[in-house]
Amino acid sequence: MNSSGERPVVDVAFQGGGVISAAEKVDRAKVLKRLRFGDNAFRHLTRAAAVAVLVILSGIIFSLVYGSLPAMQKFGISFLFDESWNPVTEKFGAIAPIYGTVLTSLIAMLIAVPIGLFIALFLTELCPMWLRRPIGIAVELLAGIPSIIYGIWGLFVFAPFLQQYVQPFLISVFGNVPVLSNLFAGPPYGIGILTAGLILAIMVLPFITSISRDVFDAVPPMLKESAYGLGCTTWEVARYVVLPFTRVGVIGGVMLALGRALGETMAVTFVIGNAHRISGSILAPGTTISATIANEFTEAVGDIYTSSLILLGLILFVITFIVLAFARLMLMRLNARLGK
Amino acid sequence: MSTANFTVPTVAANPGNTDDLVEKVTVQNLDFYYGDNRALKNINVSLYHGRVTAFIGPSGCGKSTLLRILNRMYDLYPNQRATGTVRLDNDDILSPSQDLNLLRAKVGMVFQKPTPFPMTIYENIAFGIRLYEKLSKADLDNRVQQALQRAALWNEVKDKLDANGLSLSGGQQQRLCIARTVAVRPEVILFDEPCSALDPISTAKIEELIDELKEDYTIAIVTHNMQQAARVSDFTAFMYLGELVEYGETTRMFTSPSDRRTQDYITGRFG
Amino acid sequence: MATLASGASSPLYAKRRRKNVVTMGMAYAATGFGLSWLALILGVLFWEGFSGLSLRVFTEMTPPPGASGGLLNPIIGSLVMTFLAVLMGTPLGILAGTYLAEYGRYDKLSSVVRFINDILLSAPSIVVGLFIYELMVAQMGHFSGWAGAVALAVIVVPVVVRTTEDMLTLVPDTLREAAASVGLPRSLMIQKVAYRAARAGMITGVLLAIARISGETAPLLFTALNNQFWTNDMNAPVSSLPVVIFQFALSPYKDWQELAWTGALIITMAVLALSITARFLGGERKKS
Repeated sequence: MNSSGERPVVDVAFQGGGVISAAEKVDRAKVLKRLRFGDNAFRHLTRAAAVAVLVILSGIIFSLVYGSLPAMQKFGISFLFDESWNPVTEKFGAIAPIYGTVLTSLIAMLIAVPIGLFIALFLTELCPMWLRRPIGIAVELLAGIPSIIYGIWGLFVFAPFLQQYVQPFLISVFGNVPVLSNLFAGPPYGIGILTAGLILAIMVLPFITSISRDVFDAVPPMLKESAYGLGCTTWEVARYVVLPFTRVGVIGGVMLALGRALGETMAVTFVIGNAHRISGSILAPGTTISATIANEFTEAVGDIYTSSLILLGLILFVITFIVLAFARLMLMRLNARLGK
Repeated sequence: MSTANFTVPTVAANPGNTDDLVEKVTVQNLDFYYGDNRALKNINVSLYHGRVTAFIGPSGCGKSTLLRILNRMYDLYPNQRATGTVRLDNDDILSPSQDLNLLRAKVGMVFQKPTPFPMTIYENIAFGIRLYEKLSKADLDNRVQQALQRAALWNEVKDKLDANGLSLSGGQQQRLCIARTVAVRPEVILFDEPCSALDPISTAKIEELIDELKEDYTIAIVTHNMQQAARVSDFTAFMYLGELVEYGETTRMFTSPSDRRTQDYITGRFG
Repeated sequence: MATLASGASSPLYAKRRRKNVVTMGMAYAATGFGLSWLALILGVLFWEGFSGLSLRVFTEMTPPPGASGGLLNPIIGSLVMTFLAVLMGTPLGILAGTYLAEYGRYDKLSSVVRFINDILLSAPSIVVGLFIYELMVAQMGHFSGWAGAVALAVIVVPVVVRTTEDMLTLVPDTLREAAASVGLPRSLMIQKVAYRAARAGMITGVLLAIARISGETAPLLFTALNNQFWTNDMNAPVSSLPVVIFQFALSPYKDWQELAWTGALIITMAVLALSITARFLGGERKKS
C-alpha cells in the first residue's frame, strides 16, 4: 500500500501516482525552506513598520522637548502663567495663546455639538432612505475640505459679514446686560476670538456629525424597535434609548472633534487677529497656540524666541494628546460594549 | 501500520473490510482548550484511508474544533492549544516542530462557506500548485483541468477560466474550492459542513463528489445533516459537549446505536 | 378601547407629541443649517475662484506684487512633495497596518501601536511641522522640499495604517484559513490573497491620504517654506499651493488675493475629486 495515499487519478489519464508523489515530497520541503526565509523577512518587516509608528511619536515628543529646553530653562513653570510676549525683551509666556486656544475651541464645541448631534439624529432616524447617502456624502465632503479654505473664506467673507451685521447687533443687545456686556464689549473688528470659534464650529461640525451618525447606527435595531413598540416618539427613542446606549461613543466623538479644534491652525490663523493679550470680550482679537507658531516661527530670531514657540508646540501637543487619548478610550469602551 | 485497538470494535460487524483498512490519521487522548475552556475532552478516533468519516452532533459539541486540529488551523489564533497525540501516518501533527504549511498541503480543507480567492478561476487552482512545483504552462494547464474535472466543474467553467472565481454560483464556488484543494494533491481532505450554505441540488453534487473522491483520499466531514452523514460516510462519530460519545460504522450507528445519547440525537429528541 | 382613546388625547400625550415635533423640527433645521454652509463655502469659492481661473494660472510663475502671473511653481511643488510623501509614507503605512491586522492582531504591541496611531491621526499638523523642522531643517541649516515631503509623509502614515488595518480586518478569516489550507505560508497568504481581497479599500485609504495632505499648510510653513521661483532642487525651499494661498491671501495686494482664491478653488476641486473617487471605490467594494 502506498503510504502517502496518492493514487492515480481515475477520471483523467495521468502518470502513476507513487513516483510523482515521492518526488513531490522532497520538492515541497525544499521549496518551503526557501519560502520560510521570505516568510520571516516579511513578518519582521511589518513588525518594524509597526514599531516605526511608535518611533514617529517618540521622535515628535523628543524633538519638541529638545527644542524647547532653552525656553524651559529660562522661564521655568512661570511660562505657563505669564501673559507677556515680547520678542524685543525676549520675555515670553503662554497664557494668552492657551486662553485663546481653549476659548475658541469651547465656543466651537458649544455650537457644533448640539447641531452635529441633531444632524446625526436626522440622518439615522428621520431622513428618507434615498436622501441618506447624498447627505451623508455631503457631510463627509465638508469634512474633507482643507482647513485653509475655511480660513480664506472666514477672512474674506465671514469676518466682514460678522463685522457689519452680527457684531453690532450683539453689542447693542447685550450692551446693557451685566456680565454679558463685558463678553461682547469693544468695537466690532470682524476678526477675533468669536469669529475664530465660529469658523472652528463649522469645521468640526462634519466630524461630530459623521462620528455620531456611525455611533447611532451601531445601536442594535431590536433595541430601538422595542422602544418604538412601546409607543415612544422618535425623540423619546433618541433621548432614552439611543443616547444612553451610545453615550461613551458620543463623548469620544466630541473629544475627537475637540482635539481637532484645539490643534487647528489655518482656519484660525486667518481670523484670530494675532494679539497676545487676554481680553474679557470675545469680540476682541486674540491668538491661539497654533496661530502664534504659524505666524511667527519663520520670522523668529534668537534661540529663546524660537525655543519659546517650540515650547508652545509642546504644550499644544500635550493638551491634544490627553484629549485625543481620552477620546480613543471612550470609543474603545463603546466598541467593547458592542462586542467588536 | 498500528492496529486500531480501542475504537474499532464495531467494525467487526462487517469483518470483510477490516483487513483492508489502513489507519491514516490517529487521534489519541486529545484535549483542546480555548483559553481555559476545555472544548474537547479525551478524544480517541481514527480516520481510514479510502473511507469517509462523518462527525455529527449538536452545535458547539466540538466537531468543527476537532477538524481544525487535524490541520492545525487553530494555530492562526491565539490562546488555543491542543494536548494529546494526533498522528498522520507516523508523523506527529501536534509536534511544535511540525511544518504547518507542509502539513496543510497534505491535509486539505473545504469550508462551510465557499471561499474562492479573489482571482480568476484558473488562478484559484494554479495558485496552490505553483507554490510547490515549477511546471511548464502546458503541465500547469493540464493540472488545472484535471483538478476541475475531479471536482466535476470542468464542463461548466472551461470556457471562462479567466472569469473571477466570485462570479460563480454558490455550489460552483464550493466545487471550485474542492478543485483547489485537490490540485495541491493532499492525502486527507477535511470537509467542514460543506453543504450548509448550498441548495439541495448543489448539495447532491457535492455528496456525489465526496463519494468519488473517497477512493483516493482519507476524508472527514462535519455535518449537521444526519441524512447526509448516513448517505456519504462509512464511519460516523457522534460528539456531545466536547466528548466523543460513540464511534462506529455508519450503518450500525444509525440502526442500533449503543449509547442512549446517540439514539436520542439520531431520532431527533435533542440537538 | 375607551382608555386608549383617552390616552391618545390626554394632556400627557399631547405634551409628548409637541416635544417630539419641536425636537424633530430642530433636527431638520440643524441639517439645513449644516448643509447651507457647504453650499455657502463652495458657492463663494467658485464665484471668487473662477473669475481668476485661466490658462495663465497653470503656465506662469507666481508674480511679484502688482504684476500678473500664475501658480505654476506652487502647483508643481505641491505635486512633487505630495508624490514623494505618498511614496515614503504609503509602504510604511501598509506594512504597519498589515502587522496590526495580520500578525499581531491580538498582541500587546499592536494595541499600543493602534492607540498611538489613532492619536497621530488627529494630532495637530503644525506640531508635525515643528518636529520635521527640528529633525531636518535645523540639522541641515536650511529649508528644503525634502523636509516638506517628509513632514507630509508623517501625516500620510497614520491614515494609511488605519485604512489598511480596517480593510484587512474586513477580509473574512475563512479566506485566510482557505489559503492556509492549501499550504500557503502566511506572508504569501497576506500578499496574494488578503491584499487582493482588500485592494479597493486600501487604494481608497491612499487616496484619502493624498486628499488629506494636498490641503495641508501648517506642516509646510517651516519645512518647505516657499519660493517665488521655479526650482528643480528639492534641497532648496519649494513653494506649495497651500503656503502660497496663505501668504497671498493675507497680503494687501488685490492680484495676490485673487490668485489665492483661484489656488483655493484648485485645491478644493482636487480634494473633492479625490474624496469622491475614494468613496466610489469604497462603495463598489461594499457592493461586491
